[in-house]
Amino acid sequence: MGAFFQNQILSMKWLNELIGNLLSAMGLDTTSRIGGSVQFFIYDVIKITILLCLLIFIISYIQSFFPPERSRKIMGRFHGIGANIVGALLGTVTPFCSCSSIPIFMGFTSAGLPLGVTFSFLISSPMVDLGSLVLLMSIFGVKIAIAYVILGLVIAVIGGTLIEKLHMEDQIADFIRNSNSSVNIESPDLTVRDRLVYARDQVESTFKKVFPYILVGVGIGAIIHNWIPENWVQTVLGSRNPFGVVLATIVGVPMYADIFGTIPVAEALLAKGALLGTILSFMMAVTTLSLPSLIMLKKAIKPKLMGTFIAICVIGIIIVGYGFNAFQYIFI
Amino acid sequence: MNIKVLGGGCAKCEALLAATKEAVAEKGIEAEIEYITDMAKIMEYGIMSTPALIIDNKVVSMGRVLKAKDVAKIL
Repeated sequence: MGAFFQNQILSMKWLNELIGNLLSAMGLDTTSRIGGSVQFFIYDVIKITILLCLLIFIISYIQSFFPPERSRKIMGRFHGIGANIVGALLGTVTPFCSCSSIPIFMGFTSAGLPLGVTFSFLISSPMVDLGSLVLLMSIFGVKIAIAYVILGLVIAVIGGTLIEKLHMEDQIADFIRNSNSSVNIESPDLTVRDRLVYARDQVESTFKKVFPYILVGVGIGAIIHNWIPENWVQTVLGSRNPFGVVLATIVGVPMYADIFGTIPVAEALLAKGALLGTILSFMMAVTTLSLPSLIMLKKAIKPKLMGTFIAICVIGIIIVGYGFNAFQYIFI
Repeated sequence: MNIKVLGGGCAKCEALLAATKEAVAEKGIEAEIEYITDMAKIMEYGIMSTPALIIDNKVVSMGRVLKAKDVAKIL
């Protein structure tokens, strides 16, 4: 039953077979390189699109219960490391886009939330979200997905706590520190209908935004899948290269892609013999840190805090990568 | 009537601004539409999720890209 759920529902193996049969019927040899690439591309685009629409809908519905105003209130009730954990958890369910990062940052800070809690939230928010959990389950299985999420939360909690301990409150941009906005607006009450409409709108806008990334991601995945020699992948990202994790992280940081776009690449690399931890480091680096979000954040915090934030994320991601590589045998 | 669209200048905020303009034009209302991207100003309203829509200094929507017909309803 578990295997059926994994293979047919989450991974949609039936879809792959269906597409394979259709392509063969059209006279394309799916065991050839080109045929295989075409099959991988069509299967992955359809699979990820279905998952994306379904997931975003469910997630947006859940997220509509956690507007930032409410998350801020909840976090305010906790203290110490408990507040960091709650911050990291709420980061996964609070709707958030990079252009909102400054207002959220300001809102949290002006409400008197500790800097570390805000950062736990900011780290976990892009790295771990509900969508990535289900998508990872679909491709890498339940164990890996849960491990990814837990480790992401751990990085967020530790990172936030460290920033707290470093007392960098003076590193917040002056206009935020000097403002004494005490306006506390209530989030509006939503009906079930409102939430459904919100979820539908989110699916529509996310799909439009992310679809090009999926096409590119799957395209790269298809190329890796059928054209890149296994040897190369193993040499650069496999057990033969002790610096694979560092390399994957450094390459991933400046890249900006949605997790939906990175997963097909990760999937293809894994199949070619790249190590699991190396792949996960790459995915975390791409989704957590990206130039656009760093540029936004730069307006709200000063360089020293910015550097600390980046360093903590990078080091955390690298540790996770090596950890996964060391204990890979448990997961695969 | 005074309408303000608040946002950091991202695509979503631009979309709300366009929808608001469309709704105002459609309803033929005399309204002054302002587009505010200054974060310090946005903060004064206590907004935490952009884009937000403010009509006569009252926050009517935040964190959502409303369609023109939704804006028209609020107007």
